[in-house]
Amino acid sequence: MAQHQVNYAANGGLPVALTTVDKLVNWGRSNSLWPMTYGLACCAIEMMATGASRYDFDRFGTIFRASPRQSDVLVIAGTLTKKHAEFMRRLYDQMAEPKWVISMGSCANTGGMFNTYATVQGADRVVPVDIYLPGCAPRPETLQYALMLLQQKIRRESADMNKNRDKRVV
Amino acid sequence: MMRRYTPKNDVQKKAYYNDRFWVAPQTPKGIVEEDEKFATDLERLKANFTVGDNYTELGFFVVNIDAKENFEVVKFCKEELGYRMLTEVSAIDYLADDGEFEVFYQMLNLKERKRIRIKCRVKEDQAIESVEPLFRSADWSEREMFDMYGVKINNHPYMKRILMPDDWQGYPLRKDYPLQGDEFAQWYEVDKIFGKEARDIIGPEIRDGAMIDRYDTERFARLGHEVPFGADISDGEPDTQIQYQEEGGVPLIGKMDPKKSKTIERR
Repeated sequence: MAQHQVNYAANGGLPVALTTVDKLVNWGRSNSLWPMTYGLACCAIEMMATGASRYDFDRFGTIFRASPRQSDVLVIAGTLTKKHAEFMRRLYDQMAEPKWVISMGSCANTGGMFNTYATVQGADRVVPVDIYLPGCAPRPETLQYALMLLQQKIRRESADMNKNRDKRVV
Repeated sequence: MMRRYTPKNDVQKKAYYNDRFWVAPQTPKGIVEEDEKFATDLERLKANFTVGDNYTELGFFVVNIDAKENFEVVKFCKEELGYRMLTEVSAIDYLADDGEFEVFYQMLNLKERKRIRIKCRVKEDQAIESVEPLFRSADWSEREMFDMYGVKINNHPYMKRILMPDDWQGYPLRKDYPLQGDEFAQWYEVDKIFGKEARDIIGPEIRDGAMIDRYDTERFARLGHEVPFGADISDGEPDTQIQYQEEGGVPLIGKMDPKKSKTIERR
């Protein structure tokens, strides 16, 4: 009878992986970031292009969801007007923890060229922002890079949401 | 019409600011009575209404009327003179000059290919009649006029701000309205979402788009020298390599090594 013997100890062949809860949870979180289908201005066109087949956001596990209840990421893609700020905050509040925000484009970062009475001068006046993505409008590659940076940020975080909770109001 | 050419050889030497644009180009104005297209229109208008200053300009028949008769004049132009289309309704702010708005209606006669601009002057607190019963397109135009200038409209079916929020204060397109907003506008979103108490926490808007504070790590990050939020970098900051993935990689996802990648010459 042939002796079939597997040497688990050799070549790192143990069918056991040792990791921490933080790493495991963050691995899952960072690789299935679901952003909300939420476009405000021309940046939304680039965001749509990023989600479409050529740039293919899906390969990051990033699938756009049509409801804040199902999303983890809010991509503020475009000019945030003062009239709309209230509603964006409401959508942000409706998202379940953990949640992250990417401010996409000059307008969302600082108000951009709309240095006027009707534009919020930076979305971080309303919601806490994790990644500021410059550009007018940012190319799809840069939005992908922003998402990759966000993934890195998530992997550095603790899995315990209470430890990460921002003390800032916005 | 082209702007008159001025030599710009010495433009760099002139340190002072010279506004070359403030004089609005004046277009030639014609006499309506001599115009074959509009002479009869003017006659018929004069027979029915009080008609003020009138002239032709760039193919337009421009006529000033009494603001109290605006509905009747627009109705007359639509039904009797054949201007079946209302293309534009808006106002101009002359409050600083004489405390009045100029409200104008532009109409188009498709059959005879001619256009009319009916102007009237209204005082700041004077209401004018809505022309919405004649033209549905006037609905939103008049709402915008109210929203942006504060011109009051009587008998409008849905008199409400169209662009700005309903609880907005002030009329943004008036000449005395600051471009960057008054105090209400500057704190609008903070007051509305967080309440006035949050003003101190959030702080005023930064309106200087060119402002950079090198040591402010809460609002700025140097590319290639990123540090944690709020870190003190008065003693300098470390270099951070731009990397697309962490050292050691992520489970299931291999780390890309640029040295090992190969660029193919041909597809």
